[in-house]
Amino acid sequence: MKPGRIAIVGAAETTEMGRIPDVSVLQLHADAALNTLADAGLTPADIDGVATAGESPTAVAWYLGITPTWVDGTSVGGCSFMLHVRHAAAAIETGLCHTVLVTHGESGRSRVGAGRRAMAPSSLQGQFEIPYGPMGPPTLFTLPVLRYMKDFGLTEEKLANVAVVQREWAGRNPRASFRDPISVDDVLGSRMIAYPFRLLMCCLVTDGGGALILTSAERARDFPRKPVYVLGTGESVETPMVSQMQDLTTSRAFRVSGRLAFEEAGIRHDDVDHLMIYDAFAHLPIYGLEDLGFVGRGEAGDFIWERNTARGGRLPCNTNGGGLSYMHSGMYGMYALQESVRQLRGVAPAQVPDAKVSVAHGVGGMFGASGTIVLGSEVP
Amino acid sequence: MPRPLPQPTPETQHFWDGTRAGELRLQRCARCAHVYFPPRPFCPKCASREVAVFAASGHATLHSYVIHHRAAPDSGFEPPYAIAIVELAEGPRMLTNVVECPQTPEALVLDMPLEVVFAPCSDEIHLPLFRPAGGSEP
Repeated sequence: MKPGRIAIVGAAETTEMGRIPDVSVLQLHADAALNTLADAGLTPADIDGVATAGESPTAVAWYLGITPTWVDGTSVGGCSFMLHVRHAAAAIETGLCHTVLVTHGESGRSRVGAGRRAMAPSSLQGQFEIPYGPMGPPTLFTLPVLRYMKDFGLTEEKLANVAVVQREWAGRNPRASFRDPISVDDVLGSRMIAYPFRLLMCCLVTDGGGALILTSAERARDFPRKPVYVLGTGESVETPMVSQMQDLTTSRAFRVSGRLAFEEAGIRHDDVDHLMIYDAFAHLPIYGLEDLGFVGRGEAGDFIWERNTARGGRLPCNTNGGGLSYMHSGMYGMYALQESVRQLRGVAPAQVPDAKVSVAHGVGGMFGASGTIVLGSEVP
Repeated sequence: MPRPLPQPTPETQHFWDGTRAGELRLQRCARCAHVYFPPRPFCPKCASREVAVFAASGHATLHSYVIHHRAAPDSGFEPPYAIAIVELAEGPRMLTNVVECPQTPEALVLDMPLEVVFAPCSDEIHLPLFRPAGGSEP
């Protein structure tokens, strides 16, 4: 698709964020959707496309009183919303619908109205991973990193430093869950979760949601907010089992998704003013920077250490504080997209001066899936 | 509560029959010779259905791991314990536990040689675990 044909004309998060024990999952979707409709100056009657993950698009559409002509229930983990943006752009471009609402809501901490997922013992994971005692993402998503550390000489200090730099960004964001500065020693001294990962190298678990509204660029100028244009998109999947990654030191899904998005946008890495990399754990920004091609293999730990992704650096990254310090409901991709939109609208709490091109890169499962969206404040 | 056990499917039954018989069974493609895991009745590289089951050597190296430290009540596991990815001599990797070895970063050295042992967990299921190579016969 030609860059800039589709625009985000509404974007908002839930009214509250963090610990929300009095709101169910479905209502978090609705709260985010209502805030986003208000942001765009629309009503549910104006929406004819619905995409969501975690909840069914049927439930979200019905609950909000929407009669869609297009739905997308792609659910590949926390990057699903990047894939929804990509699919929505194609659907709008081909005329399947005109105005798409993408919603996310998750009661990650309070578990209100949320089911418990259990892996069937006859599934591949149930047969070949679960019997060996992994206890969710902190022991699965983290499994590749010792291999990376040995192959590329990444130190525990440089891994810990990812969380330190992101906490600096969170300190500038009033909505962030954790805002107090931390040091590398604080991170390495925090409670061991799954060696080599300490508590402060792991994401938060919080409640919240967010939503986006997309439409064609021709219509976008009629909306109250400054449009944010979709310049390029990518998606891919690799494996449902982290133990079966082709190479533990690089994500095939990241590489494919990133390449597609950059090629479609027609941009070079130098053109990127602002970057969001889904950070469920401290190694994710390292893998993301390398697999998206911003730095060479094995260079990302030093790149972050040298403050290139910090405030004033040449590639500000995870400026909301990220999943490590801002919020992480479980499917964080929506919040990465929200921060990219805020930066390009020029309204982010930690605003990057004159940000014109932002990349939001997501992961799903444990390096299982990926989605990459290149956004711009102008049509190229 | 014991550790959660796998429930074989028709496509994986040969693997679990193998561990009960003291064999680590992999599959090899008759067309392209690709050796793969987890089991499936076709080659994931060339899609040929002509595949054969064979007994692997049981030799492996420690490819990566984490050591789980949080409390794990009623899980059948006593923290701290390592969850490891091993690379089999024949090529495929699998998730497992390393036994007969302290569960510490000092003892668990990447690329150390390992050998398979089979842990009887039920009449049906013997899990393939790995120990440092050169250990005594069980």
